[in-house]
This record gives sequence, C-alpha cells and structure tokens, in this order.
Amino acid sequence: MMLSSLIFIPLLFGIVAFLAKSSAKAMALLGSLASLVISGYLSAQAAHTPLTFSMPWIPQLGTQFSLLADGMSAMLCLLTAIVMTVVVLANWDNEIERPTSFWGLMLLSQAGITGVFLASDVLLFYFFWELAIIPVYFLCSRWGGERRIAVTFKFFVYTFVGSLMMLAAIIYLAMLNPGADAYSWANITRAGAALSPQNQTWLFWLFFGAFAIKMPLFPFHTWQPDTYEQASTPVTIILSALMVKMGLYAVIRWLFPALPDGVAFWSNTVIILSIIGIVYGSFLALSQTDLKRLVAYSSLAHMGLMCAAAFAKTQPGIHGLMVQMFNHGINITGMWLIVQMIENRWGSRDMTRLGGMATGAPHMAIALVILAYANIALPLTNGFVGEFMMFHGIFQSASPYHITFMVIAGLGVILGAAYTLKMVQKTAFGSLAPMVVAKDMSLGESAALAFIVALVIFLGVYPKPLLDLTGNVAQLMFP
Amino acid sequence: MKAIIAATLIGVLMMFVSISVKNKSSIVASATILFAALFGINIWEVVTAAQNTSGAQTFFNGMLSFDGFSLWFNMLMTGCSLLFVLLLGNEIAKIGNHVGEYFALISFILVGVFLLSGYNNLLILFIGIEILSIPQYILAGSDKRNLKSSEAALKYFLMGSFSTGILLMGIALLYGATGTFDTIGLRMLQTDALNPMALAGIIFLIVALGFKVSAAPMHMWTPDVYDGSPTPFMAYMSTIGKVAAFVAFLRLFHASFGSLSSHWMLIVAIVTAATLLVGNLTAVFQQSVKRMLAYSSIAQAGFMLFAVLSVNAIAWQGIIIYAVAYTVASVGIFAVLVKLKDYTYDGFNGLARKEPALAFFATICLLSLAGIPLTGGFMAKYFVLMAAVQQGQVMWLVIFALLMAAISAYYYFRVIIAMYFKQGAPELNSEVSNYDKLLLGVTCTLVILIGTVPQFFLHN
Repeated sequence: MMLSSLIFIPLLFGIVAFLAKSSAKAMALLGSLASLVISGYLSAQAAHTPLTFSMPWIPQLGTQFSLLADGMSAMLCLLTAIVMTVVVLANWDNEIERPTSFWGLMLLSQAGITGVFLASDVLLFYFFWELAIIPVYFLCSRWGGERRIAVTFKFFVYTFVGSLMMLAAIIYLAMLNPGADAYSWANITRAGAALSPQNQTWLFWLFFGAFAIKMPLFPFHTWQPDTYEQASTPVTIILSALMVKMGLYAVIRWLFPALPDGVAFWSNTVIILSIIGIVYGSFLALSQTDLKRLVAYSSLAHMGLMCAAAFAKTQPGIHGLMVQMFNHGINITGMWLIVQMIENRWGSRDMTRLGGMATGAPHMAIALVILAYANIALPLTNGFVGEFMMFHGIFQSASPYHITFMVIAGLGVILGAAYTLKMVQKTAFGSLAPMVVAKDMSLGESAALAFIVALVIFLGVYPKPLLDLTGNVAQLMFP
Repeated sequence: MKAIIAATLIGVLMMFVSISVKNKSSIVASATILFAALFGINIWEVVTAAQNTSGAQTFFNGMLSFDGFSLWFNMLMTGCSLLFVLLLGNEIAKIGNHVGEYFALISFILVGVFLLSGYNNLLILFIGIEILSIPQYILAGSDKRNLKSSEAALKYFLMGSFSTGILLMGIALLYGATGTFDTIGLRMLQTDALNPMALAGIIFLIVALGFKVSAAPMHMWTPDVYDGSPTPFMAYMSTIGKVAAFVAFLRLFHASFGSLSSHWMLIVAIVTAATLLVGNLTAVFQQSVKRMLAYSSIAQAGFMLFAVLSVNAIAWQGIIIYAVAYTVASVGIFAVLVKLKDYTYDGFNGLARKEPALAFFATICLLSLAGIPLTGGFMAKYFVLMAAVQQGQVMWLVIFALLMAAISAYYYFRVIIAMYFKQGAPELNSEVSNYDKLLLGVTCTLVILIGTVPQFFLHN
C-alpha cells in the first residue's frame, strides 16, 4: 500500500495542481514532501527486506499491478523525491508562465518515474516508462528556448522508437510462457534466460535500444545536448538527474537477468561505446562556452562511465554504479540549479560574458565550488566513492581489454577536472560581469542548494547508508 | 436477431419521422432516443445469451448464428453508434434537409454490421456487405451542394460495385470447389489437396474484403471518398463501417480458412505491410487534418489486419478491443474537428488557449490513436500484436509495424503541437457548449478506461 502511495501521491497532487487556480506550487511542494517522507521511510525498510505489493490488473493478459522495492528501487525513489523537492524549493520565487500546468505536469512525470523504479511487472513497467515521457514532452515543448518545439520532437521520436522496440521484445518474452503471471519479473527473466544465445543477441538490441537512448549512450545521444539546452532548467533537471537513471536502472533490473547471454555477447561493444562517449563528451564539454551545453556534455561523459561500469558485470562495479546513480543525480541537480541562478542574475549562459560571481554572489560561488569538486569526484565529496568503486569494477571485469578500458575511462576524470575547473574559473572569478539582477540567493534557492551541498559533503564523508542500502542488491546479482 | 429487426424498424421509423417532423432538433432527439433503445435491446440480448447456456442461436436454417462474441460486438458497436449520434447528431442536422433519412441510413448500416458479425453463409456475407455499403454510398454524397461530396459518392459507388463483383466471383469459385455456401462446409477444404479454384476464390475474397477495409493496394478510393464526404459521415464510415468489415474478414478466414492459413498467410502479411507503409507515410505529407485522418484510418487498418493474420483466440479479443478503442477515439477527434472552420493544421493553431477543454480532449484522443499507454489505442495495438507474436511467423512484421507506429506519432503530434505550442486564433463553427464538453469528457474517460482496464470491454 505504501509502495503504491508513492506513485499515487504525485499523481493525485498533480491532478489537483492542474485544477487548482493559484496554489499549484504549494501542491507541488506538498506532493514532493509527502513522497520524500514516504520514500525515506521506505529506504530505511528496504535496506533489510524488499517490500512488495501486488494486485490483479488485466487477467486476460496475465499482468499484475505488482511493485517491488529493494534497496536500488528505494534509493532511486528517494532520489526522485529529493530532486523534486529541491526543484520546487529553488523555483519558489521564480515566475513561471502558466504555473498550474507546469507543476501539474512535473508531478505527473514524477509519478511515472517513480513507477518505473518500482514496477515488477514488465507491462506495468512499460506503462510507467511512457507515462514518464508524455508529461516531459509537454514540459519541454511548452517552456524553454526558441528552438524547443523541433528539438523536443526529435527527443520524443527517439525515445518513442526505442520504447516501441522494447515493446516488441516485451511481447515476445511474455508470449514464451503465457499464463497467469506471464509479465511478472520472475517469469520474464526465466523465459528470457532460457532462450538460445542467438535469440538473445538480437533481442538484446530491441531492449537495450530503448535504454541506450534514454541514458544516452554514445551514438544514440544526439537528442541530448539540444534538449538539455532548450528545455527550461527545472525540466532539464528532471531529464538529466532522473530520466537518464531510468535507462541504467532498466539495464540492471531487467536486461541483465532477462538476457544474460545477450549481455555477455555484447558487453565489450557496449563498454567501447561508453568509453567513446566518455572521451567524446569530455572533449566537447571542454570546448563549449554555453554553460548548459557544457553540463549536458559532462553528463554524457558521466553516463558513459556508469554504463561501462554496469557492463563490466562485477560486484564492486554494480555497487559503485548504484551509489553513483544517486550521487550523480544530486550533483547534477546542484549544477543545473547554479546554471539557472547564473542565467537569472547575469541574463546569459555564455561563459565569455560571465565572471566575478565570487564578488557578485559569494554564497552561490561557494556552492558552485563544492559542486564542482563533487563533479570531479574529489575525495570527501559524494562523487568519489561511487567513481572509485566503478573503476575498481571495470578493472576487475572479465573482459580481456579491461586495463585499456580503465585507462581510457580514467582519461575522462582528467578531462572532467579540466572543463569543470575552467567553468568555475570563468564564472566565479575574474572581474565582475554586469548583473541584470544584482542579488545573492533567495531563501528558497538557499534552502535547495544548502540541502544539496549538505548531502554532497555528508555522503562524501560517510557513504555507509548508501552503501548499505544497495549492497544486498549488488551481492544478489554478482555473488 | 431482435437487434436486426429493431434496427430495421428504427430505420423505417426514422423515414416516417423525417416526413412528419420538420424541426431538425426534434429529429435528432428522436434518433438519439431510438439508438439508445437499440443499445438497450443489444444489452438485453447479451444478457439473455449469457443466461442461456445452450450455445449460439441460429436463424434461417443456420445461415445466421449469434454466439456470445457476435452479440458482444454488436452491443459495443451500437454503443459506439449511440456515442456518435450524441456527439455529432447536431452536426449531422446541419448537412442537409433530409436529417431523418441520414439517421435511417445509419441504422441500416447497423443492420449490415449485425449481419456481418453473425453470418454463417457466404450469401449472408454478401448481403451484409451490401447493406453495410449502400447506405455509405448515399451518405458520402449527402452534401449535395458540394461537388467534392458528389464526387466521393460516385467514386465510392463505382469502386465499391467493382469490389462487390470480385467478392461474388470469389464466392462463386468457392462454391464451384466445394458445392456449398456454408462457412462450416468450407472447413472441409483440405490443405494437402487444395483445389486451385478454391485458392483463387480465397484470393478474390482477400481482395474484396481488403477493399472494404481499405487495405493497400486496394485503398485508392479511401482518401478521396473520406475527404469528400461530410465530416460526421466520414467519422462513421471510417470507424464502424470499417471494423464491421474486419469482423466479417476474421470470421471467414479464421473459422473457415484457418486450417489453410499457410496458403494465404503470406499474401495477407504483404498486404498488411503495404497498408502500414502507405497509410503512415502518406499521412505524414498531408496538410489537412481531415485528409490526414483518412490516411491514418488506412494505417489503423494495417494494425487490424494483424488480427486476420494471426489465427488464434487472442486475435478475436484484439479485434474487439481495437474496434472499440479506435472507434471511440476517432469519433472524439472528429467531434472536435467539426467545430473548426479550417481543417488544415494551421486551423488548430492556438486552440489550447481559446478552448482548453476542447484541446485537452482532442489530445487524449490523438494520444490514443498514436497508441500511447494508458489510452485505449495502446491496448488495442498491444492485443493485435500479441496475437501476431503468438502466431509465431511474423515477428519481422511486428517490428515493422512498431516502427510505423513511431511514424504515426509524427502526424498525430503535429496536431497537438499546433494546438498547444503555436500561436493563432482558431475560428470555430459554433460555441462549445457544456453539453459538448461533458460528452467529450465521457468519450475521453472511455478511452482511458479501455487503456487501463480493458477486461471490461472484452468478451470472456
């Protein structure tokens, strides 16, 4: 019951926010705070024993409305709730056009994303997968930069094609063992794992295409920089902190157990693509002047590393990946919030026209520096633990090229330091560029950023809660 | 059977109403009441059939037989017709001076639908197809002052007669091969010693029925006829008229030719692929939403052909759920379309600002047509594709169909983009009353219900 409330609370608050005339923002805050409380409680529980919920849905098909929260799901639900709360807080004083639709859609997308993380029935999973994308489509097309409509459409077509290919694979797997629980996680993984390796190799791409587009993995990424740039920042946060995690999560939850031979066959290919993504993303980030594009490409590089760690298929790699999924979500939320604040105050995202934040808005500059350190994964920030474990995992992987993989992926860390510090230098230091609105952070923004920065430092110094939460899951996958 | 008699009587009654009543709105009101009564009769038939365990009821020496499935289908289609009359009745009244006759023709179409869902004999199939088609020829030309409407009627009539000839030829060949018109008798056709005459007959039937469901390459008439016809009647022809032909298609090919599927499977698979390709690709290039919907109805037919292709029980559930989901969503989007003066995409620009409720309901219907989860269109596509996957030989076609579904998102979302993200001042034909909003709300609720709890619409 508590599990389904995590989905229905944002859904209900979202509908109320649509109908409410003026208090949409308050509804969004209430909804996300309620989810935050529940998912916090859930995480405390799920670290020991996974929680489940199940009721019949469509008997003719054999699908159930069944949810499961183990450590990984609970952690990602917690991340979703934290990010939503922070986004609402940070935008408390910002004027957003048509707030009722905006916050209503935001809450609907939260419901969809949470559902993806909780569903343990593959058709239900697919439902939420699409339910998450539809509100985001409207959010990206309605609010944002000038080219937003065309850019969003490209994004939508990409993800929709991916989803439909996944649908073909889902039908195929479910029809192998039709019955009362044809779509359950247990049945899908059993049916898939029993398939011949040849069948698994082509089914792999039907599934993985959808996830690779969502992450995005290197050649499937072309929607990403444009969409991140054109969407309004709260929506970009939803996209980059939460929706990309849907792809990684689905790889770990569904793809690995369902098609083990397919994964084994393609894992080197995927790691090579990921590593190309790391280097490519890092170099492009280095040459950007637009802040949003810089963060977008840096996110591409980070996702590449996470994907490589997943396909290294080792226990420390997966464990580190799960921890990093949480921490990346926190860090990138902070980065986007700072970018948004810079844009609000200086009226530009062009780094050549920025500078002097340390004198103009000192509190913001402090937060920026801390988040930059976390982005580089400096020790004592939360980025360090996960990244270290992921490198460890890649090094341990059974692939014959594991040392090459690690060396080239390690290049990403160095490049990451270069572009992140360049960004800090250009925005925070130097002479003060003229500000449109000359003030430091507002109360809501301070609250949001303080929360983020506190998490960055706390989880950097004491990552044990996160490690405990996800440890069981990693151990079950790779004993 | 009671429903056939009742629908015929309603048709006759409406003709008398049209002579004796001059006030258009009272004609619409009486038609609504009569269709509601017909719906009630259909529900009654379903309920009594459920209590009666002796199996299908047969009539005319077994030429017609109504089992639970046919009655269920008839009930759903009558329900959709009622929804259609409720949503578009006032628009029908604006088309011409013979309002009563239009409703009479619609109830005659329903007689055809009922015959096609229950025929057991190729002669009844023929009669059913004709009863279904002839009123549609007339309705297509009902806007007499409009040259395009007359053109549509003539084109439809000529092409339709031609396909009827092919249908008769196919029936004749099958009779020559087996000596029977009976669909049960046709099951005697053996796979190993299949008479070439019978095979030719089956191919003729694929062509003739393919014409009625506007499957490529027999689809050429569709865009012009639908575009030229008055919009409310296009809504009816492209939904209920089409899905009834599909049920006839399924009934014959599953029940009688199911064991021969290896002979016709490939032909139907190619027709399906061609239909999906032509429908979706051509719809992309349309500038008028009405014409886009005409091509999209071809594309949707491509998905329904999957039910014909997969000879199994899921296909029957698939065609039911597809029929309802597609009809409800299409009727909804047409009810929005008739409100607008300009049928081009630009005519939709800025509708969300002017009429938020109308735009919202249109969006739900379009999402359903595009097959987005949570809407009926998704469940419909899901069921027919599932049937095809279970059938086992056409996985390539399933993947192809899903790629085509992605293309279809392009043209459906163009309307959504125009409504929500473009600036403009759309001109409306008439005020959107609260009554319209209520009915559209009911329609969209149905769309969502089909998409979330399809079991209530399936026949168990």
